[in-house]
Amino acid sequence: MRVIMPISVGAGWARLFTRWELLATLLILGLLAFLAEASRHLLQPLAELQQQPLSLDPSHLPEYAARTTLRMFLAMGLSLLFTFTYATLAAKNRHAERLLVPLLDILQSIPILGFVSITVVFFMALAPGRVLGAEFAAIFAIFTSQAWNMAFSFYQSLRTVPSELVEASRNFRLGPWMTFWRVDVPFAMPQLIWNMMMSMSGSWFFVVASEVISVGNTTVTLPGVGSYISLAIAQRDLAAVGYAIATMLVVILIYDQVLFRPLVAWADRFRFEQEAGDLPPRSWVLDVLRRSRLVDRLTAPFAILWARSMRARWFDRGEAYKRTTRGKAGWAPLIWNGVVLALGAVALGEVLGFATTGVSLADVGTTLLLGLVTLCRVVVLIALASCIWVPVGVWVGTRPHAANIVQPVAQFLAAFPANLLFPIVVSAIVVFKLSPNIWLSPLMILGTQWYILFNVIAGAAAIPAELRAVGTNFRVNGWLWWRRIALPAVLPYYVTGAITASGGSWNASIVAEVASWGNEKLEAVGLGAYIAHETEVGDFHRIALGIAVMSLFVVLVNRTFWRPLYRYAERKFRVG
Amino acid sequence: MSTALLDVQSLRQTFPRADGGELLVLDGIELQLGQGQIVGLLGRTGSGKSTLLRLIAGLVPPSAGTITYLGQRVIGPAPGIAMVFQSFALFPWLTVLENVQLGLEALGLPEAEIRQRALAAIDLIGLDGYESAYPRELSGGMRQRVGFARALVVHPNILLMDEPFSALDVLTAETLRTDFLELWGDGKLPIKGVIIVTHNIEEAVLMCDRILLFSTNPGRIIREIGVDLKQPRNRLDPQFRDLVEKIYVAMTARAPKPPLIGAAPGTVATSIDTILPRVSANTISGLLETLAGEPYKGKADLPVIADESSLEVDELFQIADALQMLHLAEIEGGDIRLTDTGKQFVDAETDDRKRIFQRQLLTYVPLAAHIRRILQERANHVAPKSRFFDELEDHMSTDDAEETLRSVTAWARYGEAFAYDDDSQTFSLENPT
Repeated sequence: MRVIMPISVGAGWARLFTRWELLATLLILGLLAFLAEASRHLLQPLAELQQQPLSLDPSHLPEYAARTTLRMFLAMGLSLLFTFTYATLAAKNRHAERLLVPLLDILQSIPILGFVSITVVFFMALAPGRVLGAEFAAIFAIFTSQAWNMAFSFYQSLRTVPSELVEASRNFRLGPWMTFWRVDVPFAMPQLIWNMMMSMSGSWFFVVASEVISVGNTTVTLPGVGSYISLAIAQRDLAAVGYAIATMLVVILIYDQVLFRPLVAWADRFRFEQEAGDLPPRSWVLDVLRRSRLVDRLTAPFAILWARSMRARWFDRGEAYKRTTRGKAGWAPLIWNGVVLALGAVALGEVLGFATTGVSLADVGTTLLLGLVTLCRVVVLIALASCIWVPVGVWVGTRPHAANIVQPVAQFLAAFPANLLFPIVVSAIVVFKLSPNIWLSPLMILGTQWYILFNVIAGAAAIPAELRAVGTNFRVNGWLWWRRIALPAVLPYYVTGAITASGGSWNASIVAEVASWGNEKLEAVGLGAYIAHETEVGDFHRIALGIAVMSLFVVLVNRTFWRPLYRYAERKFRVG
Repeated sequence: MSTALLDVQSLRQTFPRADGGELLVLDGIELQLGQGQIVGLLGRTGSGKSTLLRLIAGLVPPSAGTITYLGQRVIGPAPGIAMVFQSFALFPWLTVLENVQLGLEALGLPEAEIRQRALAAIDLIGLDGYESAYPRELSGGMRQRVGFARALVVHPNILLMDEPFSALDVLTAETLRTDFLELWGDGKLPIKGVIIVTHNIEEAVLMCDRILLFSTNPGRIIREIGVDLKQPRNRLDPQFRDLVEKIYVAMTARAPKPPLIGAAPGTVATSIDTILPRVSANTISGLLETLAGEPYKGKADLPVIADESSLEVDELFQIADALQMLHLAEIEGGDIRLTDTGKQFVDAETDDRKRIFQRQLLTYVPLAAHIRRILQERANHVAPKSRFFDELEDHMSTDDAEETLRSVTAWARYGEAFAYDDDSQTFSLENPT
């Protein structure tokens, strides 16, 4: 622990402000200004918001970008909070685990855009007549696109904390609070940060959908990059679409440099493998913050408070044995099971009531058929994307220099909302008189195909040098090389990427099966278009039905196809 | 001052088995630790000695019996009992200093005291200058020093050591052991008693005042041996050698389980519940060849051959067990001797070796015979692995069942007794031709 010195006067300014100090100060002030500016409008009444319509003037873009980014970060904060509570409960409490883990699994497969339409009303009612309500709804929508994979990764990390560390922390009698922050969180950190980055990329796609909120007949447009893009599309302003893309690029670059790189560099120490690995990741921002004594001074009081809190014995059940799986647990599990059963019964009643009032059996049949149509699209697209990106990924992954260039580009492309390509696609379809049923489909996989690429690159890069040398030594070339070396080695990685890509494509179908450019509106047949259409009409029963059927498809495909494939690949082809 | 630091009475530990029954791991354990004593728990893998250490540390509740520490029942991790781990168990994200301070922070001591005590412990254990290093920057020996400092800094009355030197190379282990014994002998350590788990016989004789020998499955204390030699002890001292030899004899006397030693050649034992040692066919041939060659000529003293072939005692015991089980060698009074079949095996060519191995396997390893019989009875000569796995799980823990199946598969493959396909997880009689 560093000791805080009283501010010295003598050697004062020269030492107080080194280059690093200035830069660090600037960074902090910039952050404060940004937060103040972006949150100023929150308490505005809605009516006022509607009086200042969104403008396509690029000079507003910095402000819009700031507000969008703030929403994304607030959602990220919520996602972290959710992760730390939900996943911890699931990992530490055996009874809770039985319910929470499957629940999370299902939540993961519910189309996110479905959440928006259903939850908007609730959030608007929380702060009636104020922008705050709409902001809540938007932030919640972004949250749902970020939280699940983070929670899953954290849960899995908590379950795999090495047993000797658990024993050591219990032997030295760390309280639960201290164990959580000193053992659990650090161990989970590298995996969690990686998932945070994926979540940030993924959530851009939904920013566009969440900033223009319709409730019945009124539409609330929250100022932001997403709503800017919608407006640009509605007004057929190609230049504005270009500005939006440029803004996104800049924002992504900034938060990558200012937030994620420092985080990755900082979290390097939490890697559990004890060997000193390759060159550790570096970040100039982290260097600045570390070298600045001013930052030290500002954070020292908090650091001390934080360290003190470790001594607290919150949530401590005293020195008793930790409850193990055996032992007579008494009434607790019975009561718990009772509560779960009761909840299940209530939920079943709700669902049945909801379903029987507004949905007919014919509707169910229709949505199932539409689901099959969308399923066909997803299957064909994933197959096509695999044919293209697996060879590319292997090629790139076996060449470290190429990988260094391609990885960040792919990460940006993954964040790219499909809506931005609407102008080109819609115009092309209209001009060439193409079938929207076929030609709208590529939009579904636009953002998600990159997950296949990332993962295959990572897999190819992980092929041990010896194995490749063996290939060269025995002159294993051409198709044989692919069949015996490259494809088996990347298979586990490919499957991981393909699961994400296929789930994401289902999600994207809600946006991609209906495309518009100004007054031109194209619709493909499919479950995504169905949900989008019912959302526009505001038929909540059918929205719910559509979402339920889509979740069903996603879960079924995962259980019957992807999971078995993943297990097989892991068992047979995991190298090392 | 004559009261025991620790008193363990009729302790028993069971783990739940897959079929709902219970697996007995420790039984009838009685143990007293007095002031100023180092007690060693010596036994082979699976003797439950590490489990006993965790019971004493209060990490796991016992199934029956009591553990009393300074007159108080142990009902959870107790203050004053600290542990040193085989794998060090350091937190890789904390520096040496932070790792050492951890236990003190948990006690909620004032910051100045935490720092002063941590630095003192680091100084005592010879880690000066490494305070700000991360564990991954240290060698194994230095890492275990951090493990010691972390345990000592909380001034425990009892120090528990779980094979603390077994993850280190021989030289480093020797240095650490000597340093520890010196500090202990000079009374510089803030501890009153030590319990050390080990499977290294010489280590036990070097360090302990009393050695408790454990049997396997279930773990029982079969013998207590007092060591009266003066510290520092000399490995070459004849008294030291005698003691080591005595322990070898005691430990190997009980190695085989009854059905095997009683079975006359040619009869098939009926029980399949024997846990098979994880020893490859290559290792078996290797030891047989070593035994047959110079200077042993078919008979060797176990401590000697362990030393010469630089095998850990525990590994040697496992291989010797496998040899004895297959009737390729027999063990008596700390010696291992080739049987006639063993000699034939060594003299034979590859194909004949396989034939001999297959015969021994199917004759003396009931599980192998059992699998082979089931495969022959079935029309398609195929049976799923799970069928045998479930059967084994009724008699042993899941891990042991997995290990045992793996061993029998490896042996059967070498002896071409039957085949196993990992993709379909099935056993079959068909070998690819």
